[in-house]
Amino acid sequence: MTTETPILSVKNLHRDFKMGDETVHALRGVSFDIHRGEFVTIMGTSGSGKSTMLNILGCMDRPTSGHYILDGEHTEKLKRDALAKIRSQKLGFVFQSYNLLSRTTAIENVELPLLYNSKISSAERRRRAVEALERVGLVDRMNHLPNQLSGGQQQRVAIARALVNDPVIILADEATGNLDTRTSYEIMMIFQELNRQGKTIAFVTHEPDIATFSGRTITLRDGLLKKDVKNETVQDAKTAFEALPPPENFDN
Amino acid sequence: MSPLTLIKIAIRALLRNRMRTFLSVLGIVIGVAAVITMVAMGEGSKKSIKEQMTAMGTNAIIIMPNRDRRGGVQMESTESLEEADVIAIRENATYINGVSPMITVGGQAIVGNNNSPTALSGVSADYLKIRNYEIEDGVMFDDQADRMAKVCVIGQTVVKNLFPEGDPIGKTIRYKSIPLKVIGTLKAKGSGDFGQDNDDVIFTPYQTVMKRFNATTNIRQIYANSIGEGYAEKATEEIMGILKERRSWTKPTDPFRVFTQEEMIQMVTSTSDMLSLVLTAIAGISLFVGGIGIMNIMYVSVTERTKEIGLRMAIGARGRDILLQFLFESVIISLLGGAIGIALGIAASETVKIAMNWPMSVSITSVIVSFAVCFTTGVFFGWYPARKASQLDPIEALRFE
Repeated sequence: MTTETPILSVKNLHRDFKMGDETVHALRGVSFDIHRGEFVTIMGTSGSGKSTMLNILGCMDRPTSGHYILDGEHTEKLKRDALAKIRSQKLGFVFQSYNLLSRTTAIENVELPLLYNSKISSAERRRRAVEALERVGLVDRMNHLPNQLSGGQQQRVAIARALVNDPVIILADEATGNLDTRTSYEIMMIFQELNRQGKTIAFVTHEPDIATFSGRTITLRDGLLKKDVKNETVQDAKTAFEALPPPENFDN
Repeated sequence: MSPLTLIKIAIRALLRNRMRTFLSVLGIVIGVAAVITMVAMGEGSKKSIKEQMTAMGTNAIIIMPNRDRRGGVQMESTESLEEADVIAIRENATYINGVSPMITVGGQAIVGNNNSPTALSGVSADYLKIRNYEIEDGVMFDDQADRMAKVCVIGQTVVKNLFPEGDPIGKTIRYKSIPLKVIGTLKAKGSGDFGQDNDDVIFTPYQTVMKRFNATTNIRQIYANSIGEGYAEKATEEIMGILKERRSWTKPTDPFRVFTQEEMIQMVTSTSDMLSLVLTAIAGISLFVGGIGIMNIMYVSVTERTKEIGLRMAIGARGRDILLQFLFESVIISLLGGAIGIALGIAASETVKIAMNWPMSVSITSVIVSFAVCFTTGVFFGWYPARKASQLDPIEALRFE
């Protein structure tokens, strides 16, 4: 382990939900650190608490007890607006269903997070959005609407949107869940490339083969941390992609 | 996040749903256009009535016999006006500027093959200043010198009807076979909004009418004008005093009725004020319905865009940003509707004015008030849906299908 301060640190995190008379303990004391430059997958079956974990990491939910320190900031006591500010400035989200605004061009979708930061001029916004689209290789499609893009391309726009505010960590929620294997691997290539460029990534998935592309896997089960292992042999997404059988030419 | 950016976001969101935006704008457009047109109609008739009143003369007072009514049955007129009354008023009244009898004869004026179906009015020279007429050519007759003279002064419509070649001065017209020499013409006064023609007049000395046409000493009406605005009441009292004195009147009821222009204006304006109010209320209701339309659309929009709201929150929008975005959307809808509605209302008013010859007057106040009401409508009816949107939980909203 390195001795530098972790970019993200959770300590003894609990999250209870009241369902009528019953209390559901979704998280029952989870602790881990993520350091700058790490690519971590968070795994678990449904009901393991990984969605709750992601919501808390994404500052959209607050723990019932325990601590969550993101980039040196204690978030567990922050109010709605302060959490929104953290989401706007320190976090980038990639969702399973892309969540692009329909009837809105790719570039406008990418610009969206910067609209909620009044310090950024519209020229700067455009420049950064173009740059983000360049990083996912979609700058030539910047004026396309989501319904003119394939699933993989839409997810790449979503990744560009997560990159545009230069977040301290990118949180991906089953980001390959709606994609076929080939496209999934393409998306993983992008994540690996971003990670090589220094981006910290936390990737929630339930697919074990996706986890093999990351450097570390945290497994949750029944609201507890079950395993936290460093992957000795990280699979290269590009190699894996090239090893796939060629696509059957149904639709070309 | 700056309001300007939020307005931009709101506009983009509205453009993404053009049809829905159009339909909710339409509700407001109809409401506002109705308000503008209705108010223009009310104001127009009020204004035209006022103009008509002014055309009647300046500070005019009309005296006529008081018809005695009992139990709805019209009793015989008890007292009648005569020339001596006119002279008494002229000589004794101090709040009066001019006084003239008014005796009309129906019929038509004929010159050669031309005729003009114009009533003949027997008046005195004062009548011109009471009714704001001016001589264009020739002269006005003199009460004493032209007593019973067969002369007349005619308005421009009559000139046009009888003397298409012009130059009527010195020519003779025939009215009920009696020849009348034209000694003067009147300057054009134009027509009132309700179509009455102020230039379709023939004036002749009242004594001429009494002697040669009607063979009576009765005068139907006396016109007078007070010395200025605000003297109407004093002038009325004075005239009534003179008329009573001449008759040694002791009954508690007045022998004559006196109308002042001020009274008449008040009477008609209060009626048309009522009309305006009713029209405005009806139009206001349609604007209100338009507002409910906005609320309905915004409410549906919030539900439909729950996922979008969740996403915006996830990437950093605060509740306030969402609230303002939706509020701006509804305000933009209502202001856009307001602007189009005002334009449409003005256009509709002009169309009615030209096509139906109805007096219309678009008032600036109604334009400003409509616009303000639109803004309020947008805020008022947009608030609840916007608030609902801003209070959504981002996690729930993102999960919404």
